Amino acid sequence: MTLRTEPFILNMGPQHPSTHGVFRMRVTLDGEVIVDVEPVIGYLHRGIEKMAEGRTYTQNIPFTDRLDYLTSMTNNLAYVMSVEKLADIAVPERAEYIRIIMAELMRISSHLMGVGFFLNDMGAMMTPVLYMWREREKIMDMFEMVCGQRLTYNYMRIGGVSQDLPEDFLPALERFIDEMPVFIDEYEQLLSQNEILLVRSKGVGILSRELAINSGASGPVLRASGVKWDIRRADPYSIYDRFDFDIPTGEAGDCYDRFAVKMQEMRESVKILKQAVKDIPGGETCTKVPLLLRPPVGEVYGHIEAPKGELAFYLVSDNSIAPYRFHVRPCELLNLTALRDMVRGWKIADLIITFGSIDICLAEIDR
Amino acid sequence: MTVRLNAGEVKEKIARAVPGEIGTPAENTLVVAADKLHSTAEYLKNTKELQFDYLASLTAVDYMDYFELVYHLVSLELNHSLVLKTYLYDRQKPTIDSVYDLWRAADYQERELYDLMGIVFSGHPDLKRLFLWEGFPGHPLRRDYL
Repeated sequence: MTLRTEPFILNMGPQHPSTHGVFRMRVTLDGEVIVDVEPVIGYLHRGIEKMAEGRTYTQNIPFTDRLDYLTSMTNNLAYVMSVEKLADIAVPERAEYIRIIMAELMRISSHLMGVGFFLNDMGAMMTPVLYMWREREKIMDMFEMVCGQRLTYNYMRIGGVSQDLPEDFLPALERFIDEMPVFIDEYEQLLSQNEILLVRSKGVGILSRELAINSGASGPVLRASGVKWDIRRADPYSIYDRFDFDIPTGEAGDCYDRFAVKMQEMRESVKILKQAVKDIPGGETCTKVPLLLRPPVGEVYGHIEAPKGELAFYLVSDNSIAPYRFHVRPCELLNLTALRDMVRGWKIADLIITFGSIDICLAEIDR
Repeated sequence: MTVRLNAGEVKEKIARAVPGEIGTPAENTLVVAADKLHSTAEYLKNTKELQFDYLASLTAVDYMDYFELVYHLVSLELNHSLVLKTYLYDRQKPTIDSVYDLWRAADYQERELYDLMGIVFSGHPDLKRLFLWEGFPGHPLRRDYL
C-alpha cells in the first residue's frame, strides 16, 4: 500500500520570537523540508512616506529615526545628505567628521546586534547577545552624550549636526577604539570556530553571486556573496574618500559568510574611527539653513552605505516647504527578495537562521 | 566614483536598437514611452558596454496629470548609473510591463507601487498588495488620497 502525501502550509509569525519584529511567513512544507516561503509584511506600516509629504524638510528628520531604529544615525545621515544635495548646501568640515564617527559607531552597534541575534536564532539563547550588548552599551552611552537619546537620536541636521561634541566624548571614543579590537578578538574566539556554529551555518542558505545582484541585495548580504561593492568606496559620499579601509567579502554566500563579513566590517569601522579621531578639525558644526527650507524644483537620489545595505532617499521638490515625494529605498526589503530561493530545500530550523543572517528590522521594511 | 552616464550618448545607442521617441530632460535621465520601457530596459541590461545588472530603486511620483515611473539603474560591473523614466497617463488603471523577468529586485518594489500608487504591472507573477490588506479602499500615496 502506498501512502499519499501532500504539502502543508505552516504559518510563522507575526509574533514569532525570531522574526525580529512583526514578520509573518507562510511556509509550504513537505514534511520538514521547505518547498516555498511567502513573506507577509505590513503589520508595522505607518505610512511614513505619505506623512512626510505633509511636513517640512526639517520636521522629517525624526521620521527617519523610526525607519530602522537600530541604525537611526545612518538613516539621519542618508536623509540630510539627500536634502543637502537637493538644496546645494555645504557642510562644515568638523560636522563631516562627526557624521562619519557617528555612522561608523552605528555600524558597529548594528552589526553587534545582527551577530548577537543571529546566534540567538541558532539556539545560543541570550549569552552571545549579552556579550555583544556589553559593547553596544558603550556606544549607546556615547550617543547619549552627544544628543541625549539612546535609540532615536535625531542628531543630524540639514547643514551639519545639532550640537558639537561634549568634552568627554573624544576621550570616551578613544578608549572605545583601544578596547574594541580586543573584544572583537574575544567574539572571534568564542564564535568563529565554534563547532555548532560551523555545522549550522556553513553551506546553509546559499545566495549565489548572480542572484544577489539580480535581486537587488546590498550591504553585507551582497558582499558575503562575493561582490566587492561598498558605496563608501564605489561612490564615495561625505569624506569617505580620505580614509583607508578594506571591504571584506565572502565566497560562498552562505550564512557563515554573512556572519563573518559583519565581524570583519566591525574591525574596518574601528580603523576608520581611529583615522577620523586623529584628523578631526575644530570649527563650526552646522551651517545656517532657513528653518523653512525651500529647495529648488528638482529631484535627488541620495544613497549611502548603511550598516544593512544601500539606504537611499528619493526626494522630489516643487519649491515648497515640504517634499513633493519622499521615497525610501528600503535595503532590508530588497535583501529579503531572495529569501525563498535561499531556503528552498532546507529545513525549518535552517529557515530561522538564514532569516536571522540577513539581519532585518521590520520598521524599515514596512515604513 | 560611480559615473553618471550621459543620457544623450546612451540615447544614440538605444535609438538604433529600440526605435521610438526618447527624451533626455536631465543629463543622467532617459525618458521613453511606456510601451517601449521593457525593451529599453532589456537593451540596457544586456548590452555589453552598458550592463545595467542592478536595479537600485524603482518608484513612482504622482503628478496628478500623469504618473512618472523612475528606475535607478546601476552597473556593479562597470560602476556607472542611469535614471530611466516613463509616464503613464491613465488615472483609472495605469498599466505597464513588469521588469520582474529582468531584475528580481522589482518583485517587492512593483508590489509596493501597486499597493500604494495603484499602478498595475502586467507580467508580474504575483501582483498583490504588499503592506495593506486586500479590499483596502484606494491607494494612499496618490496625491488626491486624503
